[in-house]
Amino acid sequence: MTSAVTFQRVSRHYGSVRAVDEVDLDIAEGEFFAMLGPSGSGKTTSLRLIAGFEQPTKGHIEIFGQTAEGIPPYRRNVNTVFQDYALFPHLNVIDNVAYGLMVRGVPRAERTKAAEEALALVQLPGYGARRPGQLSGGQRQRVALARALINQPKVLLLDEPLGALDLKLREQMQEELKTLQKSLGITFVFVTHDQGEALSMADRIAVFNHGRIVQTGTPEEIYTKPVSRFVADFVGSSNVLPPELVERLTGNSRWASLRPEMLKMSLKASNGAMPARVVSTNYLGSTTRIALDMEGLRLHATVAAGTAVPAMDETVYLSFDRDRLHLMDDER
Amino acid sequence: MSAASAVVAQTASPIILEGRSGMFGRLSDLFWRNPRLLLFLMLTPPLLWLGIVYVGSLFALLLQSFFSIDEFSGLIRYEFTLKTYGELLQPANLDIIVRTVSMAASVTLASAIIAFPIAYFAARYARGAWKALFYLGVMLPLWSSYLVKVYAWKLILAKEGILNWLFAKLHLTWLLEAWLSLPIVGGNSLSISYTGTFIVFVYVWMPFMILPLQAALERVPVNLVEASTDLGATPRQTFRKVIFPLALPGLIAGSIFTFSLTLGDYIIPQIIGTSRLFIGQAVYAHQGTAGNIPLAAAFTVVPMVVMGLYLWMAKRMGAFDAL
Amino acid sequence: MRSDRQTSAPLGLKLAAAGGLLFLHLPILLIFVYAFTTEDKSYQWPPPGFTLKWLGVTWSRPDVWQALGLSVRVATISTAVALVLGTLCAAAVSRSRFFGREAVSLLVILPIALPGIITGISLRSAFSIAEIPFSTWTIVLGHATFCVVIVYNNAVARFRRTSGSLIEASMDLGADGFQTFRYVILPNIGTALLAGGMLAFALSFDEVIVTTFTAGQQQTLPIWMLEELVRPRQRPVTNVVAMVVVLVTLLPILAAFYLTRDGDQVAGAGK
Repeated sequence: MTSAVTFQRVSRHYGSVRAVDEVDLDIAEGEFFAMLGPSGSGKTTSLRLIAGFEQPTKGHIEIFGQTAEGIPPYRRNVNTVFQDYALFPHLNVIDNVAYGLMVRGVPRAERTKAAEEALALVQLPGYGARRPGQLSGGQRQRVALARALINQPKVLLLDEPLGALDLKLREQMQEELKTLQKSLGITFVFVTHDQGEALSMADRIAVFNHGRIVQTGTPEEIYTKPVSRFVADFVGSSNVLPPELVERLTGNSRWASLRPEMLKMSLKASNGAMPARVVSTNYLGSTTRIALDMEGLRLHATVAAGTAVPAMDETVYLSFDRDRLHLMDDER
Repeated sequence: MSAASAVVAQTASPIILEGRSGMFGRLSDLFWRNPRLLLFLMLTPPLLWLGIVYVGSLFALLLQSFFSIDEFSGLIRYEFTLKTYGELLQPANLDIIVRTVSMAASVTLASAIIAFPIAYFAARYARGAWKALFYLGVMLPLWSSYLVKVYAWKLILAKEGILNWLFAKLHLTWLLEAWLSLPIVGGNSLSISYTGTFIVFVYVWMPFMILPLQAALERVPVNLVEASTDLGATPRQTFRKVIFPLALPGLIAGSIFTFSLTLGDYIIPQIIGTSRLFIGQAVYAHQGTAGNIPLAAAFTVVPMVVMGLYLWMAKRMGAFDAL
Repeated sequence: MRSDRQTSAPLGLKLAAAGGLLFLHLPILLIFVYAFTTEDKSYQWPPPGFTLKWLGVTWSRPDVWQALGLSVRVATISTAVALVLGTLCAAAVSRSRFFGREAVSLLVILPIALPGIITGISLRSAFSIAEIPFSTWTIVLGHATFCVVIVYNNAVARFRRTSGSLIEASMDLGADGFQTFRYVILPNIGTALLAGGMLAFALSFDEVIVTTFTAGQQQTLPIWMLEELVRPRQRPVTNVVAMVVVLVTLLPILAAFYLTRDGDQVAGAGK
């Protein structure tokens, strides 16, 4: 498979701040790729390096095999959906969408037709005459998407595009974006700090922290086999077990992660089961999430709806399949 | 989103596009690669203009204040001396400085007192169209012709003018005459007394006090006032302990304008007032008929120093956040 | 202070605010009455009668027309210079951070922060040192210097309100620097520049303090008025000119207000 975007030891420093620090990255063509991390972790800067708004301090970037450093954004066949959408307030929706064709000198009739098609693609037909100020957040988001797609980019960059939408709309847009990406076959690079969004949408995820990529992999790999405490903490709500405990259980003095749904609870003591006290229970609809205190260690377990839920302050006995314990890279 | 591919998924397009050809395309690439060059090109014309025309002249003037004038020939002696600054301390000149600074201070005080209710009302109570009307109500006099405003007061304060007529109609002429017979503030008539000069100064510069004051008051959250009332403060206490301290930076910002503008004015006291000079008039007289540029230059340093001190104090009190 | 509750102001405050506004407006309205008075030797109140005669007299006065022409010419050129310099400066200051940025904005504001007489006498002595004879251009040199700040203030306020990602979005979509300027930046700051230009025009049209130092023997309209104020000779004509000046400055200010009305900083707040 061809690479859409590659980073070779790319760094972007601002004075002494290392926003992006020696990052290696390889995004395949046609992939839905998510950059996940807390704010200030370097994911947005990486996106801006691909778009051309930033230049690497060191390292080498290729887009479809071509050197990208020194190429201004307006000469890269890469388009961006901005976090604040950045719709031009002085233009109506049609002219916003057709902007990319206008600056390339496409005649008005032709570009209006293309813009209308693009609006239909994002399910906003007939909205062309409106001003961005007259649209809802979700509609602006769709216009921004249509505007970015009209230039037929080889890579579409999305900077937290769903961040400003409410939950219901967000879930709907997640599905639509995913479907759109598959039908267009364009490489999508998606920046988000929402792990649920990354897991549900992406083909592959790169987890960023402190300007570096700490793990790259499929959602399943990231979820079930986090390489470090940071990933385990940040992606989902894994239980992180300290080396002393892990050594007792497996003989390995390493940090380990355990998904909450892997933790089994029983009201009766049994061989090898560890006692813990129920601290709180949270009803989440399809599951109930239970917070437990085991000798000062905070753990979480989930039980499916319909199963019995232990009461507050009750003592339960915890056990799990040893195979499910995932050992991580961090040494003590 | 099924009817997708028509628009987008067409034949492979190149990944790096050809830039626009010609001069614009090349220049654009150049500026993108060297943002500092663009910045340099943008800053050069304004900085050259302001640097050479304005700062250059200012320095030339300051330089001349360190020269002196030959008393016999009336020519400027181009050698460094502090003699001219010494002349500033002569009683007659010191008088001018004290007179101007006291006038500026009283004008500032009066402006603050008259401006406060307007600014407070506009910030706290005016809404919608009223607010815009209030704003225009301050902006229009502020931007109206300075000379026309002064001229209007010449009409008002004239002996046969509207103010004397009004006093006569109300049978209050005795009050006006009693005021005019007072020392310092009095005089032969309103238009040749310090009172007249003072009124016109207040009138012309007061709008400059209203705007920053209103801006500062707009930023006082109304729930602070409510909290104070809720805690049992009387309206007077709320004003003194909550509103006034929070409005103070705006008041100081406004006073910078009224103070500075009064210090440097030479037209108002020339048209309405006594024959005693203010700093601006002294500067004008020395550079003009007397041809004593060094003394005129030294005189202009006075408002600069006074304003420097004033700004320094204002900055310490946080006034610049309200500008 | 923002509150949705409709509280009503105390009566005392209402009266004080109304009184203050009347104090600001009545003298200007008085000018309009005097422009039509039949009395031509003194400032008599109430006017003994009203006439339109002085409008015609003023109309046929070549010195008034000459002064008006010079004022318009100076204001137009100064506004044009200020528009270019002020916009460049505002763009540089608001688009990038660089060493000395604060100093640049201080330098722009200085000509209006220091009393006009200082600007005036500085220029006057510089002209005499450099042996530059007085001309329209010496007046423009002074006016443009303090008009820059008006344009600058308006443009900076608008730039601050214009999201930086608009420029990135334009470049991202394939527009180079010049196209971005033409299609995105200019339309977004256009009304602010227009407003700034109008205010600069009004300021220049009305300026007298600096002009007395830089005009030499030339008469702009304010200088003409100043002479009449110091040595009144044609009171009725002066009355009419004063009224016309009020009307001429009123229009650009109203237009500027209209152009920037929905902004966070309305034009003219920093004269």
